[in-house]
Amino acid sequence: MNSLQQLGHGALTAFQRLGRAHLFLFAILAGLPSLLLRLRLLIQQIFSVGVLSLVITVVAGLFVGMVLGLQGYNTLVDFGAEDSLGVMVALSLVRELGPVVAALLFAGRAGSALTAEIGLMKATEQLSGMEMMAVDPLKRVIAPRFLAGVLSLPLLAAIFSAVGVMGGYFVGVGLLGVDEGAFWSQMQSRVDFDEDIMNGVIKSIVFGVVVTWIAVFEGYDAVPTSAGVSRATTRTVVYASLAVLGLDFVLTALMFGEI
Amino acid sequence: MTDKQDNLVEARGLTFHFGSRVIFDGIDLDLQRGKITAIMGPSGTGKTTLLRLIGGQIKPTAGTIHVDGQNVPGLSRRELFELRKRMGMLFQSGALLTDLSVFDNVAFPLREHTGLPEMMVRDLVLMKLEAVGLRGAQRLMPSELSGGMARRVALARAIALDPMMIMYDEPFTGQDPISMGVLVKLISDLNEVLGLTSIMVSHDVAEASQIADYIYVLSQGIVVGQGTPDELRDSDSEWVRQFMEGTPDGPVPFHYPAGDYADELLSRGDRR
Amino acid sequence: MQNTRLVETLVGIFVAAGFAALFMLAMKVSNLNAFSNVEGYEVSAKFDNIGGLKELSPVSVSGVRIGRVTSIAFDQESYLAVVTMTIDPKYNRLPTDTSASIFTSGLLGEQYIGFEPGGEEAFLKEGDIISLTQSAMVMEQIIGQFLFSKASEGSKTE
Repeated sequence: MNSLQQLGHGALTAFQRLGRAHLFLFAILAGLPSLLLRLRLLIQQIFSVGVLSLVITVVAGLFVGMVLGLQGYNTLVDFGAEDSLGVMVALSLVRELGPVVAALLFAGRAGSALTAEIGLMKATEQLSGMEMMAVDPLKRVIAPRFLAGVLSLPLLAAIFSAVGVMGGYFVGVGLLGVDEGAFWSQMQSRVDFDEDIMNGVIKSIVFGVVVTWIAVFEGYDAVPTSAGVSRATTRTVVYASLAVLGLDFVLTALMFGEI
Repeated sequence: MTDKQDNLVEARGLTFHFGSRVIFDGIDLDLQRGKITAIMGPSGTGKTTLLRLIGGQIKPTAGTIHVDGQNVPGLSRRELFELRKRMGMLFQSGALLTDLSVFDNVAFPLREHTGLPEMMVRDLVLMKLEAVGLRGAQRLMPSELSGGMARRVALARAIALDPMMIMYDEPFTGQDPISMGVLVKLISDLNEVLGLTSIMVSHDVAEASQIADYIYVLSQGIVVGQGTPDELRDSDSEWVRQFMEGTPDGPVPFHYPAGDYADELLSRGDRR
Repeated sequence: MQNTRLVETLVGIFVAAGFAALFMLAMKVSNLNAFSNVEGYEVSAKFDNIGGLKELSPVSVSGVRIGRVTSIAFDQESYLAVVTMTIDPKYNRLPTDTSASIFTSGLLGEQYIGFEPGGEEAFLKEGDIISLTQSAMVMEQIIGQFLFSKASEGSKTE
């Protein structure tokens, strides 16, 4: 009986949080138009969310591309199809790894920082202080961070993919001796702009919305103590990563699959 | 001027429940314009909650709170924000925005609410910082300030928009004697010079009674005593005297309500 | 406030880098430039069998890409596949007796058209038809031919 009660209570709490998260999202969206007048706030946040995630994204993209080049070469060379290395690297990056890995890195780097920052602002009464100064923290604090995240992730994912392709090129053409012309021409003839690149961009926009939403919500909803903020930060990384991977399957099935 | 004629804040039958806990049970408050009113009481009596109720951050379960003639719980969000522009609040922690410098913190309400040119904002900020004696600290970040300085910066910010009233949440807690003295002087000076109405929530009896014009003592959700500091010291209520003198046991029990001590010790704790 | 400019500059660089990356993906990685890049002269060739050749497949000479396949059609009179290619105008000195063959890059790779320049003095120009063609190798045919020749060898020695 007791555990059943607990289960019911847990489910109710989960639904309550889900509902709160959605109301929160609508409130943020309502706060977005006023941001157009406050571009400086947005720029400041793109800096801390996007620019500061740039280095990790570039380094990760480079290594992922190099690994793809190496692994792809080893597999393809058995079939004498190493000229298709460019296609393999580019498609893997543009369709999947670019949006997904960039989003996972983003959740770890920027998402956790957003949650911790907002949670601490709440814990140190900065948010209610703003409210008492007749400034809506949703508009002043949350909305710029949300929009900055949504705008930054697609750019980061594109940079990730581009750097990854160059990493693959460096390993494949530079080190393993794949023909340069074949590398690029096969890539160009097989990677479709609408099918592959735009779908990748759409994925990264969706991931950007979801990861940033989770991050700002967890921060705003955190229990305002140090333990509460640290739990919220962990939750951001876990939930955002799982959401990215789960949504990736759904989006892939919708875009490329024939399930 | 006769008493209770010109009240800036009037609460009637104010009741607030937090879950099943009763925080306030029908209290009446009258805060006179231009005076310093202290709300005192033991920790955990919801004094901060009272400030939040006045500021409209939470809604009471029942009762009304009129601030300058407007019933706060009945205001729309927009009206509430307009009202708050005329209220300052000093949080216990200062609640400075940690990503902005001292200067930008004080400039924050000005930049948000007035379309003033940056030159005028600068002059106003310097004036407010001068008033709290921290003009020299304008380039520091909040993390570089001591607790007392942070509170003074927060005070400068609270008066940036020249509000009609300021709410102080435990302004003296955790301050060394010098900072405390500075704050006491600042609060009473500002009140006099700017013609503010001040509401101060505190349990520092000595400091509060030094500057307060009128004191309400709250306990367990009701007003147990009110009057000028002198009146309260001579109160015939045993409870109020215990509070004002700070004796450990009395009508306010030392023990949190609990079951029988011996019973609990002898039981095996099988309720856990 | 003095670092506002730095922040703004860095954000500007970041946004520019993001769009540059997207642009690179569009132009260098995907086939988008194939649609925009319609310059060049068109030549066509007829093949018995084009195998897995597709639109946008590369056209190359000595391994250097000089153009792309722009359209593939079936001619119902000659019962041949008509492949139209756009050749980069830089390469305007290909003899008229150039031959076109369909090759496969690697065992399982993609198919492309390879030109083999001939010896004529006149050069290919817009609208010309390449008459010397060699069709795609179809794996089943190659294996069939191989088995057939082995079988005939075997019967000779006997």
